[in-house]
Amino acid sequence: MPAEVANPTLTWNLVHDVSEVLEYHFMVNALLAGGAVAVMSGLVGWLMVLRGEAFAGHTLSMMAFPGAAAAALAGIPAAWGYFLFCGAGAAAIAGSTRGGRASWSDRSASIGAVQALALSVGFLLLSLYGGVLGDLESLLFGGLLGVGDGEVLLLAGVALAVLSALGALARPLLFASADPDVAFARGVPVAALSFAFLLLLGLTVAATSQITGVLLVFALLVAPAAAAQAITARPLLSLALTVCFGLLVVWLGLGLAYFSVYPPGFFVATISFAIYVLARALAFARGRLGSGRTPPGAVAGRRPEPVL
Amino acid sequence: MLSEAFMRNALLAGTFAALACGVSGWFVVLRGQVFAGDALSHVAFPGALAAAAAGVDARIGLFAATVAVALTIGALGRGVLAGTGGAGGGSSSDDTAIGTAFTFILGLGVFFLARASMSSSGGSGIAGARTLFGSIFGLAAGEARLAAAVALAATLLTLAIARPLLFSSLAPDVAAARGVPTRLLGVGFMALLGIGAAEAAQVVGALLLLGLLAAPAAAAHRLARSPFAGIALAGAFAVLAMWAGLALAYAIPSLPPSTAIVTIAVGIYYLSAAVA
Repeated sequence: MPAEVANPTLTWNLVHDVSEVLEYHFMVNALLAGGAVAVMSGLVGWLMVLRGEAFAGHTLSMMAFPGAAAAALAGIPAAWGYFLFCGAGAAAIAGSTRGGRASWSDRSASIGAVQALALSVGFLLLSLYGGVLGDLESLLFGGLLGVGDGEVLLLAGVALAVLSALGALARPLLFASADPDVAFARGVPVAALSFAFLLLLGLTVAATSQITGVLLVFALLVAPAAAAQAITARPLLSLALTVCFGLLVVWLGLGLAYFSVYPPGFFVATISFAIYVLARALAFARGRLGSGRTPPGAVAGRRPEPVL
Repeated sequence: MLSEAFMRNALLAGTFAALACGVSGWFVVLRGQVFAGDALSHVAFPGALAAAAAGVDARIGLFAATVAVALTIGALGRGVLAGTGGAGGGSSSDDTAIGTAFTFILGLGVFFLARASMSSSGGSGIAGARTLFGSIFGLAAGEARLAAAVALAATLLTLAIARPLLFSSLAPDVAAARGVPTRLLGVGFMALLGIGAAEAAQVVGALLLLGLLAAPAAAAHRLARSPFAGIALAGAFAVLAMWAGLALAYAIPSLPPSTAIVTIAVGIYYLSAAVA
C-alpha cells in the first residue's frame, strides 16, 4: 500500500468509506481490473467446473510462475511471459492428454507431470535471475493494489477477447462438455474444442493471476462457479450468479484490504471460500428437506454432484 | 562428493523421502488423486508460515497442515467410493472441492506471511522461500536422520496396507462387500501421504513436491504390468531421480537441486511414455 494513504479506518458510514476508496486512482484501477478479471474468470471457470478440468486450470495458473521468471530474465514485461507460458502449457496439456480423451487417472498424472516440469523450470529461471524474492510474494499472492492504467486496458482487452471467443464457441462447447461421446458421434470436433478451451483457460488464468497471484487464481476461477452450480441447476441463472459472486469477491476483498494491513489475496480467498461453503450448505439443506425440484448441481444433463 | 557432510545428509534424507514419495505416489496415480496430492504439497507452505508466525518449529506446522488436510480430503472426498470418475478413482466434483479448500488455506498462508513479516523483520521471506523450494543442501545431520526415519516409517506403513489398499482402490464395491474397511483405508492412506508430503516438502520444497510424487509413479504405471512390480519401480525411479539430481546439482553449482531432481523425474516419465 502506498505511503500517502495514512491509516485508513473502517467507519460505520458505508457511503463515506466507499467514497474514500474511490478517491484514489490506484484503487479505481484495481477495482476496474478486478471487475474485468472476475467476469471473465467466472464465466470460463463455470465451464471449467462443468468439464471437470479443475486440475488443468490449477496447472495453467502455475505456468505464470515460470512465465514471470522468464520475463524477468529476458527483460520483457511480466505479462508477456504469463501469456506465453500459459499458452504453451495449454498446448502441452492438450497434447499429453490426447485432447481430453485419456482416462481420468492417466490424465491427472500427465497434467501433474506438466506442472512439475513447469515449476522446476520456473525455479531454475528464478535462481538464474537471482534476487527477486521481494517480487516472489506478489507473484504468488497477488498485488491488487499496484495496477497501472496500461494494465487495466490490457486486462479489459483480454477479457473482451476471451468472452467473445467463448460466445462464438458456446454451443458446441457446451454440447461437447455435457456429453463428449454423443457430440463426437454427431461430428463435433471434440479434441479441437478441448484444446481451444484450454487456450482460453490459459489466457484467463494468466490475466487473473496478475490480480490475485499465481496461487490464489482459484478464488475467482472455481469457487464462484462451484457455488453457483451448487445453488441452481438452470444454466443461465447459475452463469449470472457466478458473475455476481465473482464481482462480490473481488470488490469486497479489495475494499477490505484497503482498510487493513493484510494483503488482498487473503480477503479474496476467504470471501470466496465462505461463499462456496454457504452454497454447499444451502444445497445440502435443500436436499435434506427433500423438495421435488431438480437436484442441485445437475447442470445441462450432468449427474448431480455428490454432497460432500 | 561423499566426503562433504552436507552431501551425505542430503543423500540420506533425500533417498528415503524419494522412496516414500514413489511408493505412495503409485497409489495416488492409481486412485486418480494427483490433484489431492498437489493440494497437500501446497498446504505445506501455509503450515510452515503459520508455525513461523506462532514462533514454533516450522516442521510442526508443516506436518500439522499436511496431515490435517489429508484427513479432511480422505474423510470428505467420495472419489474412490462413489466411483464417479470411472475405473480407478477421483472425480471432478472432488477436484472442485479440493481446489476451493486449498485456495482458502493458501489465503491463510498470505495472512500468516503478512503477520510474520510484521513481527520479525525480514526472516519470513527466506523461510517462505525455503519452504516453497526446499533446502536439501542445508539439512543438519540430526534433521537428516529424523527425516529419513519418518519417511522410512511412512513407506513401511504404506507397504503394510498395500494389499487391502490395492483391492479397495481397484474394486471399491467388491472390497466393501468382502468386509474391507475401504473408507478407513482411504483416510489412513491420505494421512500417510500427508506425512510423506511434509517430509519431502523439506527436501524438494512445497512447489516441486508434485514432480517426485506423480512423475516416477506415472512412469511405473506405464511400464510395469503387475502392481507390486509397479510399486517397486516407482520407488526405484524416485530414488534414481533423487540421486541423479543431487549429483547433477553438486556438479553444477548454479543449478538448484530441487530443479535437477524434479526435471529428471519428469524426464523419466516422458521417456516411459515414449517406450510404452
